[in-house]
Amino acid sequence: MSAVYSLIIVLALVLVAVVGAGGGGLHALFGVVIPYVAFVVFLAGFIYRVINWAKSPVPFRIPTTAGQQESLKWIKQNKLDNPSTTWGVIGRMVLEILFFRSLFRNTKMQLKVNGGPSLSYGSSKFLWVGAIVFHYCFFIILLRHGRFFTDPVPGCIEWLDKLDSILQIGVPNIYITEFLIVGALLYLFLRRVCDSKLRYISLPADYFPLFLIMAIVITGILMRYFIRTDIVAAKDLIMGLVTLHPKVPETLGTIFYVHVFLVSILMAYFPWSKLMHAGGIFLSPTRNLANNNRMKRHINPWNYPVKLHTYEEWEDEFRDVLKEAGIPVEKE
Amino acid sequence: MSKLPKPKDLASSINYTPPREHWMDIKPEFRPGTYSYPAKPQLVEKMGFPNPHEWSPTDEDWHLPENWQEIVYNTFRDRLEKYRSLKVFMDICVRCGACADKCHYFIGSGDPKNMPVLRAELLRSIYRKDFTTFGKILGRFGGARKLTEDVIKEWFYYFYQCTECRRCSLFCPYGIDTAEITMMGREILHELGISINWVMEPIYNCFHVGNHIGIPPHTFKDIVDFMCDDIEEITGIRIEVPLNKKGAEVLFVTPSGDYFADPGTYTFMGYLMLFHEIGLDYTMSTYAAEGGNFGLFNSFEAMKRLNAKIYAEAKRLGVKWILGGECGHMWRVIHQYMDTMNGPADFLEVPRSPITGTVFHNAKSTKMVHICEFTADLIKHGAIKLDPSRNDDLIVTHHDSCNPSRAMGLLEEPRYILKHVCNHFYEMPEQTIREQTFCCGSGAGLNNDEFMEMRMRGGLPRANAVKYVHDKYGVNTLTCICAIDRAALPTLMDYWVPGVRVAGIHELVANALVMKGEKERETNLRGEPLPGKEG
Amino acid sequence: MYDKDKIIPGLIIFFFLITFPLWYNLGQAAYESPKPKLPVNVKKCIEDTEWMRANHMELLNEWRDMVVRHDMTHYVNSAGVNYEISLQKTCMKCHTSKKEFCDKCHVKVSVSPYCWDCHVAPEEVTNGQ
Repeated sequence: MSAVYSLIIVLALVLVAVVGAGGGGLHALFGVVIPYVAFVVFLAGFIYRVINWAKSPVPFRIPTTAGQQESLKWIKQNKLDNPSTTWGVIGRMVLEILFFRSLFRNTKMQLKVNGGPSLSYGSSKFLWVGAIVFHYCFFIILLRHGRFFTDPVPGCIEWLDKLDSILQIGVPNIYITEFLIVGALLYLFLRRVCDSKLRYISLPADYFPLFLIMAIVITGILMRYFIRTDIVAAKDLIMGLVTLHPKVPETLGTIFYVHVFLVSILMAYFPWSKLMHAGGIFLSPTRNLANNNRMKRHINPWNYPVKLHTYEEWEDEFRDVLKEAGIPVEKE
Repeated sequence: MSKLPKPKDLASSINYTPPREHWMDIKPEFRPGTYSYPAKPQLVEKMGFPNPHEWSPTDEDWHLPENWQEIVYNTFRDRLEKYRSLKVFMDICVRCGACADKCHYFIGSGDPKNMPVLRAELLRSIYRKDFTTFGKILGRFGGARKLTEDVIKEWFYYFYQCTECRRCSLFCPYGIDTAEITMMGREILHELGISINWVMEPIYNCFHVGNHIGIPPHTFKDIVDFMCDDIEEITGIRIEVPLNKKGAEVLFVTPSGDYFADPGTYTFMGYLMLFHEIGLDYTMSTYAAEGGNFGLFNSFEAMKRLNAKIYAEAKRLGVKWILGGECGHMWRVIHQYMDTMNGPADFLEVPRSPITGTVFHNAKSTKMVHICEFTADLIKHGAIKLDPSRNDDLIVTHHDSCNPSRAMGLLEEPRYILKHVCNHFYEMPEQTIREQTFCCGSGAGLNNDEFMEMRMRGGLPRANAVKYVHDKYGVNTLTCICAIDRAALPTLMDYWVPGVRVAGIHELVANALVMKGEKERETNLRGEPLPGKEG
Repeated sequence: MYDKDKIIPGLIIFFFLITFPLWYNLGQAAYESPKPKLPVNVKKCIEDTEWMRANHMELLNEWRDMVVRHDMTHYVNSAGVNYEISLQKTCMKCHTSKKEFCDKCHVKVSVSPYCWDCHVAPEEVTNGQ
């Protein structure tokens, strides 16, 4: 049901853009006002969320150690999975953020009950592959769109664009990332519905971003290959936005406004949703701290004195038996 | 106590298919064997903890304080302000489900709320309702729900079905640590006067008497003397154990489980024999006679109150540094909390082994060394003579205790020792050891008898891995470096893998240890004939 | 521990990365739409201008296939007029300059068609000649 509701919402959003920008002709609203508002909400919201997290301290150093600690000189430390220095932590975070290290560890458990229970754990890299493909495609697609946001287009973006269309199939050349991201999104969606455990834990907020991004991808593909729109006019509009001299070209098709509207929704939704894991991963105390706990004291800003049972109080209570047992005491 | 189902029936009752109803509509069923008994209000009161009152999990009315909703809200807000971990973990979960089949309680019970992700959602759903705008507006559609007494009951049921082992946090792509969630959940419940006796009583005992079991100082001495008698019988050597001795170089602290019951006692004898053999100038304390810290399983405040004794006693006795025994959660507290909450230990010196001269730089601030680090260093330097063939009847595998593995990284030290004290050592499958180790199923205060069914369920993954090497290599000994393991694993082994004994590393060390002036040993520490001496 | 010293620089970096297009274009001359130089003498292309603008790449692709693979050398447009299929002889007869016509838009939106991997662009006629 969660999935159905989310799908309905995304379809409704598409309809809003079709009616508003297509039928209603509200091009300035969908092409300028909404993107501006969405961008400001995204940027301000993201920073607000991170600052809000940062306002709470990290009272204890609690890294999850995933390998041998630094101890005796002759024992080989696992410097990336159990770092004890800042550089080690940077290495661990790079692995985590760029290569999804933890997810790479993923296993799949199986229980066989016949003739006594028997558990087995197989390596399971599907989720890792799906996640890596999705995130990198999303990232490349985002960078590729830089050609509409810059003038002259920086060489690296041109280069990325060429690389992505290196197969030279079709006109215009199809992008490799387009296929991959559709596949990855489908996989991420299907595993959520097919695995009963995942279906059980999934919220509408888990399906919504999937459908939304899928809709963005589909409108993008449609615009490039099927319902063409004036690409030069698209760049005119976007460059108007980024140079703060917004203008609304006449020749842009509705499909463009639908695409832009969905992207705006994604931007505005981002900071208030689980998508903030993008920022949160940097602040995760089980990953971004060095396991140097016994080497360097960590300060807890709210550490407060507590009621203790002092040795004196304790000895007062046990003095007689201590003496009798021949255990030394402070006061005779 | 409930009747424990037979292993076969228990195994076939595990069903991973979630129910049809939404989890928010399902109330926990307080079935005997799956929950722990409530803390005695007198103990709560004596500790000065909030809202002591009589209540029972199976009652309809838990007699929560009148303003309980306000207490929950305020405590929740306070912890969000104090712990970034909680705030971030409440916000960034994407419910990818990678954690689901990593939890031993989920594997053993199939209860979907034992999936770490859903355990966190129990708290997160209230967080959304009370602290986020979307949650307030969208309600259940946004994954939020109203705080009711049923939610409190559910929290109690499931936050006391988590051993804070952190296995899930290893696999979570964002490092979301359910131990943090469970700890916060338990803190909130603690403010309502809801906790379990198997945690509260040890806290009370440790605070007032000096150890979890409540063994008074003179009895402690009796126990130690008794062990020395046994050691004398086995080795012919009479050893002295200094207690509360001022000016000793080292204060030795170990969990009370080690001197309370078998097989921990053999490990304890192992420490004593080792210290005697190397001539360590040490003392134990009867005031700070507890390494473990059940406060960790209740609240920050309780943890700090108990832990403070160790530094205080080290200061009073004027020792140079502290040596810690084999214990799991004790080392979580010492490694990740002690220095921060009760330090700085500027009255101590950087630990240096008086035998080998090795300086333990990795403990230069906390000034506390793990006995496995200490012993591994002794062996490396050839400071002790070992005869591993005395352990030839043991076919050994090693259980990495959760906390030293995932909150410290003490993985090679115990293995290095094992390789020098026994000749037959086999690893369990790699997904069940080292940082991926499975909990014994009884940690975090859940090692109580009334919780037995869940303990056997939660211990299934560990037991099953032992069974694998038991069947394959004939493993008959499971070593560990944790007092809770030594208390919990024998029961678990008897239930799932009969024929496997549980031993601390230092029991094996002491068996192999060739002591100066010892008589020819006939038996091991357990009084069983040594290999070749059976006749 | 608040890690302000790491979080604030992190957020500043984030801010500048996200607003890259805003400040990247700041120092540049004001953006102008590309103005390809249109043929002086001819008013109509082989198909409708709007259609050509959206679909010229497909048409050219089709032309290539017709000539290279099917040995067809003529194209009949929607109005029934017959054209010889030839980039150089037909297209570039009117659109004489690759630089002044094709490249104008292609460069602006960073499109690099591979027409010129095989074809040789006609020599540019310098202005004033």
